[in-house]
Amino acid sequence: MKLEAKIPSGPLEKKWANHKFESKLVNPANKHKFEVIMVGTGLAGGSAAASLAELGYKVKAFCFQDSPRRAHSIAAQGGINAAKNYQNDGDSVYRLFYDTIKGGDFRAREANVYRLAEVSANIIDQCVAMGVPFAREYGGQLANRSFGGAQVSRTFYARGQTGQQLLLGCYAALSRQVGLGNVNMIPRTEMLDLVVIDGVARGIITRSLVTGKIEAHVADAVVLATGGYSNVFFLSTNAMGCNTTAIWRAYKRGAAFANPCYTQIHPTCIPVSGDYQSKLTLMSESLRNDGRIWAPKKKGANRAPQDIPEDERDYYLERKYPSFGNLAPRDISSRAAKEACDDGRGVGESKRGVYLDFADTIKRLGENVIRERYGNLFDMYHEITGENPYKAPMRIYPAPHYTMGGLWVDYNLMSNIPGLFVIGEANFSDHGANRLGASALMQGLADGYFVLPYTIGHYFASVKPKKLSTDRAEFKQAEQDVTARIKKLLDLKGKRTVDSYHRELGLKMWERCGMARNEAGLKKNLQVIPTLYEQYWKDVAVLGNNEEFNTSLEKALRVADFFELAELMCHDALDRNESCGGHFREEYQTSEGEALRDDKNYCYVSAWEYQGEGKKPVQHKEALYFEFVHLAERSYK
Amino acid sequence: MKVTLHVWRQPNAQTKGKMVTYESPQITGDMSFLEMLDVLNETLTMKGEDPIAFDHDCREGICGTCSLMINGIAHGPEKAITTCQLYMRSFKDGDHIYVEPWRAKAFPVIKDLVVDRSAFDRIMAAGGFISVNAGGAPDANAIPIPKDDAELAMDAAACIGCGACVASCKNASAMLFVAAKVSHMAHLPQGHPERNRRVIRMVDQMDDEGFGNCTNQYECEAVCPKGISVSFIAKMNREYIRASLVA
Repeated sequence: MKLEAKIPSGPLEKKWANHKFESKLVNPANKHKFEVIMVGTGLAGGSAAASLAELGYKVKAFCFQDSPRRAHSIAAQGGINAAKNYQNDGDSVYRLFYDTIKGGDFRAREANVYRLAEVSANIIDQCVAMGVPFAREYGGQLANRSFGGAQVSRTFYARGQTGQQLLLGCYAALSRQVGLGNVNMIPRTEMLDLVVIDGVARGIITRSLVTGKIEAHVADAVVLATGGYSNVFFLSTNAMGCNTTAIWRAYKRGAAFANPCYTQIHPTCIPVSGDYQSKLTLMSESLRNDGRIWAPKKKGANRAPQDIPEDERDYYLERKYPSFGNLAPRDISSRAAKEACDDGRGVGESKRGVYLDFADTIKRLGENVIRERYGNLFDMYHEITGENPYKAPMRIYPAPHYTMGGLWVDYNLMSNIPGLFVIGEANFSDHGANRLGASALMQGLADGYFVLPYTIGHYFASVKPKKLSTDRAEFKQAEQDVTARIKKLLDLKGKRTVDSYHRELGLKMWERCGMARNEAGLKKNLQVIPTLYEQYWKDVAVLGNNEEFNTSLEKALRVADFFELAELMCHDALDRNESCGGHFREEYQTSEGEALRDDKNYCYVSAWEYQGEGKKPVQHKEALYFEFVHLAERSYK
Repeated sequence: MKVTLHVWRQPNAQTKGKMVTYESPQITGDMSFLEMLDVLNETLTMKGEDPIAFDHDCREGICGTCSLMINGIAHGPEKAITTCQLYMRSFKDGDHIYVEPWRAKAFPVIKDLVVDRSAFDRIMAAGGFISVNAGGAPDANAIPIPKDDAELAMDAAACIGCGACVASCKNASAMLFVAAKVSHMAHLPQGHPERNRRVIRMVDQMDDEGFGNCTNQYECEAVCPKGISVSFIAKMNREYIRASLVA
């Protein structure tokens, strides 16, 4: 396997412009001759499908939801970053680039991140033109707030529903193309395999979630925009349906999986309660603009927060990181919360929680201002916990939220399999080892609106894929593989439910490959997970048959892939003998408990190649070069 | 606590459905309604019975996937939430709870409590957009928009497309859904060039899908998880009349 990042030469700020100019073009009259399969229609896939159709390409788009409007991008709350410098507070493309590289703990490609920062401003322009109702000031100008890891206000928002409004924007653009007949939109359908012919991605195998029909689809390029894999932990902030199947199947067909161990644990989620919880709910990072995080100084205290006097509170983020305070990046804030709880100072019934307190801001600005800024989040907290956050502080704890790892892609967002493009959270490209808040929406839309439409054209113009049909043996084989796998699951007639296996897997991953990892724990997981997986294929209970709406079967297929991915995550985490961003290896920390990076030995992207069932995957390394930014210890003090 | 559930079971669109009674397992008030159904489904699966199919995804009230009629009320007894945000603390030990799918001609049942809401997507494809291709948009601050207009547009744009408005309406009208999108775009200058075309096309498609008309009972507003106001229906009607006169 050869990993060529294809980063253009030249000065940082000219790379993308030069690359666009040097890219080959497809004549407008010929674009309709090329067909693209788009799997996933969230922010990345939806915007890409719409943009490609606007250009004239034929698009066939799939999503597992009943409508593209429901993709999980919709749940993003706080905002989207853009280097507009509307606030005159010193922002610039270079600063957004630098913050993102530093936030990612120097484990991302400079050229990709610079391009992301560069196109960020266009995204806001585009969204406003499409009617996204961003928050505004009285003068009619756009409003901004601050997010973690930044000392400028560059985050645009629509109340606490920014993801929803951006997704509805690109859903509208996509709907327009559906109406025009340029996009064939196929909902409630899941991709179960990738078809590679002569080394080139040429199609997919899908299953209709309504009728169970297995179908082959051929195209000139396949784009995966299927999001992240946080649900490997069972409990995460992801929607119930989010899964790794599309990218995992592509991995098993030869696509390299990069940095699988880079997972983001979001610091401000509502703590776990009870054994039946099905998912965790995020409280937006934007709350840290006005909320102060603290834990009691004394251990094991059972007092109500209001009864704890000021001098017995430890505002630990403000204490440890005075210059960023409550807006320290996510990985750092999460670990600090874990430390306080490990130290016996956690709050709430489970003692796995800290306070996010708005009392000071409410006193200073009044309850109404807080209600206007975060009303829907406060309501959400109230519904879930039954507590009133205007009166008592919120209790929060970190939870799996986002995965920086994903399929390896080059500068053109193409994987190592020609013709297979991967965009949005599904790829690994822009966030290094830790993503900054409000940057996921930015990356999804950057990839879909402003990067892929250029790079896919260059691919078509230079490769000119031959016309094929689904009669090819490779399609028939992949279809048979999928059908056999489904039959095997249905024939098991086992005794344990899919969810109970998923829960157990999730717990093992959370304990040993979650917020903190160590060699012994990871090795243990590499023993116990394959054993549990073996049992899964003997004993899982999947009722009904394929030719119907069958949710157990849907889940069973997805959980099997999570099992396999979990193993790869542990291999990757074990290989990386350093701590960086969201990957915290307990053996590698400074005397102050901060992540200790090892740039000499680990300044690389770890890309794994599948070797076959039961065989250890092979690791390939893409070295990261920092020509423009000086590699430094990340400090937020 | 324990409750008795009466659930609509229907294997597929072709087969007739019926209510089936289940005793819930032991549950707590801190479980969500859907988590209670998860637990029930685990028990059913262990007994070899087909688990109850219901639509759900984000489980935090924003994706609009979940869609249950609970004791005759869309999204259940609490105001301004979706089914997934409903907690069992809203019920008492021994309660009987009736769970049904959205019922409307335009929302055919797929299985049990799952319905097909693709009619909404077709209404959107008919006109629920601003025609602007990616690239070439002017600077985002080039057109100032008064804060109040932006807020009003956002109030309308908050619609999650769940279909509770249709399910609760005796006419199965989709007016609140369509009005929310029409009003969102009509309140913004960016939406003005296409405002006439948009409202006519969306309303025509709505009629073609078999949704009923509004007779001002406001059941839709009462159950809307996002509190979308019926005043947007009035706005849509004005837009429609205006567009008809111009055309």
